[in-house]
Order: sequence, then structure tokens, then C-alpha cells
Amino acid sequence: MKLLVNYSRGRGRKPIIAQAVRDTGVLINVERAVIDSSEGEALIDVPDEQCALVRDVMTGLGATVRILDHGIHHNDSECVDCGACVSICPREVFSFDKEWKLVCTENKCVLCGKCIEACPHRALSLPV
Amino acid sequence: MHKTIEQIHERIRDGNARVVTAEEMPAIVAELGEKGALKEVDVVTTGTFGAMCSSGAFLNFGHAEPPIRMERIWLNNVEAYGGLAAVDTYIGATQESDTLQQEYGGAHVIEDLVAGKSVELRASSRGTDCYPRRTIETELLLENLNQAIMCNPRNAYQRYNAATNTTDRTLHTYMGVLMPGTGNVSFSGAGVLNPISNDPQLRLIGSGVPIFLCGAQGMIVGEGTQHSPGAGFGTLMVTGNLKEMSQDYLRAATMTGYGVTLNVGLGVPLPVLDLDVVRATAVRDEDISVDILDYGVPGRSRPTVRTATYAELRSGIVEINGEEVRTSSLSSFRKAREVARELKSWVEAGKVRLTLPTRPIDAQKTNKAMHQTTPGPRVLDIMSRPVITIREDEEITAAAKKLLKGETNHLPVVNRENKLVGIVTTFDISKAVANPGKGNLVRDIMKKKVITATPDESVDLAVRRLEQNNISALPVIDKEHHVIAILTAMDLGKCFGGRWLK
Repeated sequence: MKLLVNYSRGRGRKPIIAQAVRDTGVLINVERAVIDSSEGEALIDVPDEQCALVRDVMTGLGATVRILDHGIHHNDSECVDCGACVSICPREVFSFDKEWKLVCTENKCVLCGKCIEACPHRALSLPV
Repeated sequence: MHKTIEQIHERIRDGNARVVTAEEMPAIVAELGEKGALKEVDVVTTGTFGAMCSSGAFLNFGHAEPPIRMERIWLNNVEAYGGLAAVDTYIGATQESDTLQQEYGGAHVIEDLVAGKSVELRASSRGTDCYPRRTIETELLLENLNQAIMCNPRNAYQRYNAATNTTDRTLHTYMGVLMPGTGNVSFSGAGVLNPISNDPQLRLIGSGVPIFLCGAQGMIVGEGTQHSPGAGFGTLMVTGNLKEMSQDYLRAATMTGYGVTLNVGLGVPLPVLDLDVVRATAVRDEDISVDILDYGVPGRSRPTVRTATYAELRSGIVEINGEEVRTSSLSSFRKAREVARELKSWVEAGKVRLTLPTRPIDAQKTNKAMHQTTPGPRVLDIMSRPVITIREDEEITAAAKKLLKGETNHLPVVNRENKLVGIVTTFDISKAVANPGKGNLVRDIMKKKVITATPDESVDLAVRRLEQNNISALPVIDKEHHVIAILTAMDLGKCFGGRWLK
């Protein structure tokens, strides 16, 4: 399960992710992170059954945590199955089936958004 | 042994014709042999679905009361051509909206019309005795137009070079997003299904031949613009009735950072008349190769990184310099198949009457580059010389003095061999004074990664480099890396003053 963690680094600069790993014992996989002097956003992957635990601990540490049920949203009616997204995606989310129809393997997605601008048909968007 | 077009007509009429797609043909030829395939197969249908920028449509709106001779015309804020008099226009696919830019363009206007949506027409005129009206605004549906005739000057490229990018920044091109460091390869075209690839001698493809065009029955006008079959890059000019087209085979697209284009579905039926047709239509993805070009080079002659067949490109991975690089198609092979299959069903049902070209298309000619009488400004025309430089082992105070004396903000740094090794700006010096401690020498504070220009290159290329790196000067270097001049934002003013036009 993927969690989107947002936190402010204003006071104390708490090592939130490290703290959560220590407190929960869950091995957190950081898929993507943007951290600057004032705030941080990290997309983390944790085993499904420990998802709630990690969320609660991180929330307790002052972070805003959102469970991401979905990867990139693929609009089938806009898509023409060209494949412009295929080589752009760092996680190989997109592939073709035998009939050359685009297949989107949502659970591989880390919501980096690179494919969104690469799609000539605006068929890909971040989930709301 | 050969068949006539009449014999094929007869077999279609009797329901005995064997029609196959160009994708099915190679296996049939492999199984039955060339003679067997000639006997067995009557028509091979081709198909492609991809971005074809050089597309558009002629529209006739009918006359208003009082009438207007439209001089400037917009459809949903996309400007259309106003030089055809009265109430005719041509809307080009790549023209972008005045308000939405690359998110909406001529291709979207065409798709909206085909989808049955209303489009706002706005036009202006200076008014004449016969056409007194000066402005008009109205909402139009496709059915309100007298004619809506798609006419695409350059479609159905025989094949198209693939693209990659060896630079260290992401490029946004008509070949899609190209990631830095040969991060990906993009390609276009339907390979085995491509119309001209199945008739490279253009024996069957020519003026007057019926085609599938965006779901309508269209026609080949003749050779397309930039037609270069001698180099393996033939193109077609095609036409068809927009009113009969379907959104399934006509889709507007935006290549982010590049612009608007139109995805066109196009297929040509090829009557199997003789063994030459059998051999040509037996072509496979493995037999058609293209160059993978480095779009990092912003010139007309882009270096070839390697060549690859459509089979390799379509496999999803090509190897470049020992590394596996992933590929992306920009044209839909699934849609290309749909085009070929739909056209096959048309031929089988006798909906398309196959004809031979009424006029042949040249199968040998090659495309010329532009004849340029004025080369345009080059860096050497406007760069500043002599250039003041400083040695890397001089003190920062010396640099400060030079900057003051030279009345410049940029100081290229050279080593003992007089080669460029860095650059310092007034900003770097100020920073060094405000936060001392890094050292006293120029080399301690200089920027080592210097963006440069060469004297022979076009000013436009140097300007893009200034913009991309958000800087205001480029040292101009020769082949040995000696600094020979500097090009600053100030020098660019000379372009507008016309001083380079000596």
C-alpha cells in the first residue's frame, strides 16, 4: 500500500520517516521524496497489513498522511493506445497486451506524474 | 501470371475475393509461396494511425446577410486562413488557439466538428461594396457547412526516423518527450501495415486511388509535400469528406512543449495483380529499418545513433551502446490494425471500387533542403571582442578590478594554456566578499561548468541556450577551447539594430 506523507520541517526538523521505522519496526520503502528546508513530501510503500499502524504513528509525529488506493488514472476513452507513455515511466507501469491495447498496471505506479505530460491525448491524470 | 483489376472486381462482386491485411500477408506468402499467394489473395489492405501534422480541412460557411468577405477568421479562437475569399477557409491542424495555446488547436476544432460539437466562428473584414459586412460571430455545427473537405498535404509517411536524446536535459519534440542521456527512444509509423511500405515502387498508389481516411472513403490526390521516395520517405496528399468521418479514426493530440497535431487513420487497399505486388506486400516489420536520430542536435542533419527495424522498435527495447533503452511508439498499432481491418470489410462488401492510379506518383525523387539566400545572423556577427579573461591562479581582487575596468559582468577563466576552465561573474565576486573563506584565488570561486557558444553557430541556438540555462552570457570558444569572444544579452540587441546585415 502506498502512503503520501506531507510534513512541515519548521520546528525541530524531526526525522519523521526514520522515527516511524524505529517506532513501528516496519521497513518503509521510500519511492519518491521532495524535501526542502521548510517541508517535505514523501511517497512511501509499506505492507498492506501495517499500513494503518504506520499512518497512525506518522500522524502522531505531526505529518499528514493519505493512503493512496490508486495509481495514475488512465482514461480509456481518451487513450488511443499509442504507447507514448511506455518508455517515459520509470516503473514500467504501461505495457501492451496481445492486441496492442495499452495495459496500465496501477499498483506499480509511484505517482511521479512523468507520463501525464507525455500523453498526447491527456488520457493520464493523478487520482483525486 | 497476373490478374487484372476487372478480374478482382468480379471476384469481389461474386463474394469470392480473398482480402487480407498487410499484417497477414507475409505468413500467407511464406506458406503458399509467391505464386500460390498471387492465386489466393486478391486485395491487401494497409493501415496507419498516427500524428500527421500536415493536415487540415477546407470549410465553406455559406453567405451571411448582409454578406461578408472574411479576411481574418477564427474557429474557437484558432485562426484559420483568410486568403480564399468570401466564406471559404482552410483550418490547419497545428494552428494553436489564441487563448489556450497548445491545449487546443486546429486539430481540436476539426475533431469537435466531427464529434458533432458546435464551433464558434468569428470573422472580420474591411467591408466592400459587394460585401458590406465587417464582422460576424456565429455558432456552427458540421451539418451547417456547405462543404467540409479534409485535404492533408503530407500524410502517410512511408516510414519515419526514430528519435533519442543524448543531451543532459529533457527535450519536448514532435517525437514526444525525449529523456536525457539516451533515456528513451520514440518512433512512429505502422511498419508492416504502412501503405507506402507495401508499395514502395508506387505502382498501385497514385492519384485517384480510393482510400480509408478517418473513417470516410477518401482519395489520394497525388504525391505529398516533402515526398522523398528515393530516400525511402514517400508521402501522400489525400482528401476526404469530413462529414463522413468518425472520431474513432481522427483525434487531436498535443505533444507537450511542442504543439498541436492530428492523429489520422489512413489505409490504402492494394489489388494483388502480379508477383511484384505479392513480393512488395510480403514486407515484414523486420524488413523495414529506420535511423534512430539524436534530437539533442538542434540542426537539420541530426547524427544517427544506430539503425533499427520496426520489429526491434516494437519489441519495447533497443540496445544503444551496450545499454537497453526502452522505446515508445507515437502511433497506435492497434488503431492501424483497426483501419486495415475496417478497410478489408469495406472491400469485401464491395463498398470500395478499386482503381489503378489515374496518374502515377514519382517513385524516385528525393527531397531538397531549403534554398537559403540569407544565412541569418551567426554568433560571430554579433559577439563582442576582444574579450577580457582572467587566469585561474589570479587573486579574486584582480578579477574584481578587471570586471570594473572592463565594464562587464562576466569574466571567462583560463588556464596556463589559455584554455577555458571556468567563469566568474560580479555575483560570484560579491558572494566571495560577503562570505569569505573559500580561498583567495579565482579558481576557488569560479563556476567550472561553463555554457559556451561557437562562432559559426546560429544566434538562435545561442539564444535558446541562454534561456534554458537562465544566464546572460556565453564565452565563444574555438575548437581548441580558447576563448575568442563573449556573447552577452547586450549583443543580441545588435540583431534588432540590423548591424549584422553588413
